[in-house]
Amino acid sequence: MPRTTLTGSRIRDRRMGLGMRQAELARRAGISASYLNLIEHNRRRIGGKVLLAIAEALEVEPAALSEGAEAALLATLRQAAADQVPATAELDRLEEFTGRFPGWADMIASQHQRIGALEEAVTALTDRLAHDPHLAASMHEVLSTVTAIHASAEILVDDPGIPPEWRARFHRNIAEDSARLAEGARRLVSELEEGASKETVLAAPQDEVESFFSARGYYFPELESAPEASAVSDLVDGAGSGLVSAAAKLLARRALEVYAQDARILPAATLAEALPEEESPDPSQLAARFGLDPGRMMRRLAALPADLLASRGQRPFGLVACDASGALTFRKPLSAFPLPRFGAACPLWPLFQSLSRPMMPLRQVIRLAGRTDGVFVTHAIAQPAGPQVPNRDPMFEAHMLIQPMPSATALKEMPRVGVTCRICPKPACRGRREPAIMAEDA
Amino acid sequence: MGKSVLVIEDEPNIIEAISFILSRDGWHVASHSNGIDAVEAIHARKPDLVILDVMLPGRSGYDILRDLRADHQTDSLPVLMLTARGQSSDRTLAEEVGASRFMTKPFSNSEVLAAVNAMIVPT
Repeated sequence: MPRTTLTGSRIRDRRMGLGMRQAELARRAGISASYLNLIEHNRRRIGGKVLLAIAEALEVEPAALSEGAEAALLATLRQAAADQVPATAELDRLEEFTGRFPGWADMIASQHQRIGALEEAVTALTDRLAHDPHLAASMHEVLSTVTAIHASAEILVDDPGIPPEWRARFHRNIAEDSARLAEGARRLVSELEEGASKETVLAAPQDEVESFFSARGYYFPELESAPEASAVSDLVDGAGSGLVSAAAKLLARRALEVYAQDARILPAATLAEALPEEESPDPSQLAARFGLDPGRMMRRLAALPADLLASRGQRPFGLVACDASGALTFRKPLSAFPLPRFGAACPLWPLFQSLSRPMMPLRQVIRLAGRTDGVFVTHAIAQPAGPQVPNRDPMFEAHMLIQPMPSATALKEMPRVGVTCRICPKPACRGRREPAIMAEDA
Repeated sequence: MGKSVLVIEDEPNIIEAISFILSRDGWHVASHSNGIDAVEAIHARKPDLVILDVMLPGRSGYDILRDLRADHQTDSLPVLMLTARGQSSDRTLAEEVGASRFMTKPFSNSEVLAAVNAMIVPT
């Protein structure tokens, strides 16, 4: 069965649906029948006047022929080609390939996405091996015990003339250490198995919390209006396999308590009514209006559910928060503005700039580096977190609210930022920490 | 009088094995098993060379070495660092803080002996 996601295939489907001969359509569109045949078999790129003429002859909007999954598939395949080093794919024949072998094209695209997911998992595993203190301590103990056994055994083998009391001592050491090694190895295996048995396999506690929030759309109606005293506990306890580790439960409880406090001060419904229609809101102005700090207002805006936002013609907000070290502490990504799950984010984000200018609200319209740069309006602020203690420097945290501007054109004067260096194509970037795994822009 | 080495390591049986092979080779060996007062122990004993584990109770070997390198009395003291982790980042960090040599557990006795003798020839 033919695909209908490619422009050429759509033209062909539409023409046949109208019972029109190929030669007739070619004539009406002012092109040769052989050229139309190539177009219909996705062997020629189509756009501009020819697309308009064909669309008119077929009595459809040009967008109906050219938009859709095709663009996404082609973008994924371009990305797959860019990630291949050295690059060997014939990019100039991508559309022809996709048209002639749609099944293979789909398979490459899905494999590319699968590889991306596996790479994330490997990064997570590496991260865990490097940073999980329990695992590191167990591995250290096992390797130290192996070293002790190895050193004692070597002495016994290499030096047959060793005095009897030393011989006995090293024999005893080996016996003790081997028992310790057995116990240490057992503990190490159980720690690894414990990790593997979790539903979230390689997830860090913060990822569990993020999945928990994401599954609920970052909105908790239970906490919005006069919540029960046990509402936070009920949510955490009722999460089941959504929150597995004790650390994740603790982090989720903290995040939900902050949410509940925010909601008590400004319920979502009240905030939604105050939003401007269509235009992007300024969280600092809204914060001043309701007597809140801008960081809390950004959290409230990011928690607004899609239906309340839609009622005001607003697009969903993304939110990212970090502590004074720059470590991300809260992430609500947008589909067009992904946030790095592991490793550090782009240092050019206004989020990090705000840390060096505490209490100064920053508004920036930025471009997100990609095949086609998306435009976003961001608001960022760094402000003290937690209670203020006399004569003690405050601990700062920063928030950055992100809202897409799909109708805006990416302009050169807009700062161009990335997600994280490994997947950022921005060339000659002053913030780059490591090479990208994909090709940089020319 | 042989040269002296101070082994700072929390694993007693590693200390015993290293002490045995270095003593047999002419070294005077002393040991210390925690990180908290390791710098004081080095100043008190004034060894010709230090074998320093990275993961110690109380304080990391990297922090101890930073203190040694910041002190003019010990800034050129030969230090062989031992670690159970062999990632390149650990090696880089050891070099950055001023380790004379770096060795990953598990190691063999002959490797330790060769490393120590390459750093200072015992008399």
